[in-house]
Amino acid sequence: MDFNFDLNSLWFILIGVLLTGYAILDGFDLGVGSLHLFMKGDLNRRILINSIGPVWDGNEVWLVTGGGALFAAFPHVYATVFSGFYTAFMILLFVLIFRAVAIEFRSKQPMQWWRTAWDTAFSVSSILIALLMGIAIGNIITGIPVGADKEFTGTFLAMINPFTLLVGITTVSLFMMHGSIYLIMKTEGEVQAIVKKWTNNAVIFFVICYVSTTMATLIYFPEMVQPFKAHPWLFLLAVLNMLAVANIPREIYHGREFKAFLSSCASIAALLSLFAIGLYPNLVKSTTESAYNLTIYNAASSQQTLNIMMIIALIGVPFVLTYTVSIYWIFRGKVKIDAMSY
Amino acid sequence: MSVEILARIQFAFTISFHYIYPPLSIGLGLALVVMEGMYLKTKNPIFQQMTKFWVRVFALMFALGVATGIVMEFEFGTNWATYSRYVGDVFGSALAAEGIFAFFLESGFLAVLVFGWNKVSPKMHFFSTVMVSLGSMLSAVWIVVANSWQQTPAGFHIVGEGLNARAEITDFWRMVFNPSSVDRLSHVLTGAFLSGAFFILSVSAFYLLKKKHSEFALKSFKVGIAIALFASLLQLVTGHSSAVGVSKNQPAKLAAYEAHFDSSKSADLYLFGWVNEKEQNVNFGIAVPKFLSYLVHGDFNAPVKGLNAFRKTDIPPVNFVFQTYHLMVAIGFTLIALSLIGIFYLWKGTLSEKRWLLKLFVLSVLLPQAANQLGWFSAEVGRQPWIVQGWLRTSEALSKAVEANQIIFSLILFTLIYLLLFVLFIFLLNEKIQHGPMEADLVPSEYEKQKMNFQNN
Repeated sequence: MDFNFDLNSLWFILIGVLLTGYAILDGFDLGVGSLHLFMKGDLNRRILINSIGPVWDGNEVWLVTGGGALFAAFPHVYATVFSGFYTAFMILLFVLIFRAVAIEFRSKQPMQWWRTAWDTAFSVSSILIALLMGIAIGNIITGIPVGADKEFTGTFLAMINPFTLLVGITTVSLFMMHGSIYLIMKTEGEVQAIVKKWTNNAVIFFVICYVSTTMATLIYFPEMVQPFKAHPWLFLLAVLNMLAVANIPREIYHGREFKAFLSSCASIAALLSLFAIGLYPNLVKSTTESAYNLTIYNAASSQQTLNIMMIIALIGVPFVLTYTVSIYWIFRGKVKIDAMSY
Repeated sequence: MSVEILARIQFAFTISFHYIYPPLSIGLGLALVVMEGMYLKTKNPIFQQMTKFWVRVFALMFALGVATGIVMEFEFGTNWATYSRYVGDVFGSALAAEGIFAFFLESGFLAVLVFGWNKVSPKMHFFSTVMVSLGSMLSAVWIVVANSWQQTPAGFHIVGEGLNARAEITDFWRMVFNPSSVDRLSHVLTGAFLSGAFFILSVSAFYLLKKKHSEFALKSFKVGIAIALFASLLQLVTGHSSAVGVSKNQPAKLAAYEAHFDSSKSADLYLFGWVNEKEQNVNFGIAVPKFLSYLVHGDFNAPVKGLNAFRKTDIPPVNFVFQTYHLMVAIGFTLIALSLIGIFYLWKGTLSEKRWLLKLFVLSVLLPQAANQLGWFSAEVGRQPWIVQGWLRTSEALSKAVEANQIIFSLILFTLIYLLLFVLFIFLLNEKIQHGPMEADLVPSEYEKQKMNFQNN
């Protein structure tokens, strides 16, 4: 379907931007968490946690705000997906809670068992969050059973199938790659040498997952590719994505860590753009009957609400970007452990 | 048990547990602004030590507030999907605004507050503390606006019928400043100041009692008691104005607060009592006769709308609302008394010798916590059976796709996890308090040292 330049489409883009911001920012700290148990030694693990220490909480706010924006702009999607995926969302909440408190609690006691327990909670919950989010994206690609009354009619277990699991694992691999590159920027010496090895493996892991997911999507869900057939120039995005990934090892080889990280950010943005283009103008596809799809039109708030929220976003987003950039600037450079550290 | 009861229990449980933390961070945030401001003004290192000690405690509370807060945002969608469809325009907008205007501000500057001592100048650090405090209050603004709209909906119209009915915004500012927003916001914020202030008073009184960290404790006590006196007196004003608002906008709730049944009569103001809902009277009660009529109408003999004027299906459970409301009011007056006694002995200079009073202050931390919870119980249960007063019933607001066994599963897990979190929170808090302020925190930050060296050379 062709792009309509209207409020509903602008909100589709804006929520896409919020979730992309989330994937890029929380993506690296989930990645650091996923890799955490591979690092040995208490001091080294502290360096990992403190590399994300000042920023992980702000990164999670992108998810909270993305959820709020979805609630305000497309309440039917928020209601259908959150109630339909009840059990999945509850598990997601539990791991989000455990991750947050693991980061806060770990450093508060010196006992070995205490630290190992919270290290495990931190790492396992990071992996599960990435996996669950990937499975959710997988379900948006495959579609879910939604009836005429916009209500979900499926079950939790039906949401997990080989394809959605593949998307879940791809998400984990993407965040591991992204997180390891972030760690190269934030560490030095021995720890950095270990992390560099991780990055090589993570890039390979991600490329394998990415190629598999792309093939599976082309074979089983060709409708995702329809917009690219209609507008061949969109294929440039897929090329850009591959170039960005290929650029990562090159930048690391030349010691340009920040550029490697930017490449990784670009590849996440390109991936989510490909997903969004394939989805538009649907938000949730119904496997029951395509007339029951939740689209940016039949699931939206009133035009006036979209308008008011757009004004709020235009006022708020410049502030948000200013804080984000300032905080990352203040905490730039390699991690140093001090009395206030985790 | 039905989906409705289970969903309500889960929401009540998760919100009550969550609400232990935000008032503490709002109140403590304000105290941090005062302490660090004093440090910048006087350059007395004890104020830096105080700020740093309370920041560590603040960070722990903040983390638990964030972890349990994200649950609340998700639960509207998971358990109250029909409500979410109905009010997405209004309620969703307030939540999104909270994210954009409050959470980013709060979490961004929190990083500087906790980890930035050696990264930025003392003035910039103070600015961050002010922003964190402002952010915590702004998040209260938006969430109380959203909740007040449920109590006194305004600035909207209903589009569609039956299952497709939805509330859509017609006037954004009337929605934000709906009839109860300002009263309830001031009441909530003042309650939060009290909970932070009495937390500081409790820990400081503990040190004074143990004769440890005396200077630190006495200075902290002064900051705490100043906020406590100001907030406990202010709470009289905001509480009164909220009650008058309720009498105008939610007469059934007010009638339940005071167990007033007969509309043709003037109404009494109870100090306490036990409501017999069947016989429609109050047992063992002591009341100021006709005083409610005076408070609401300025006339002792004016009749006040009673519970009998409403259909049985439109009124809340009376005794529960009556008890929670009166306990909250009683605690409010106790806090005023405690603040005044504390100030008196502080002024006389004999506070450290009054061990009975210090013991009372150690326990006093529980009072504002209890009052905050009880106040919300009476406000939210008093709104029943409505989820949006007069427009949507709680029983009609549930998720249609969720079954009872799914909620039982999540409720059991929430109970276990929150119990664990609470035990760990108390354990870690106790460790921090036992450990006390650090000597190292009396030394200026690296940033200041470098600046001083620079000036000396």
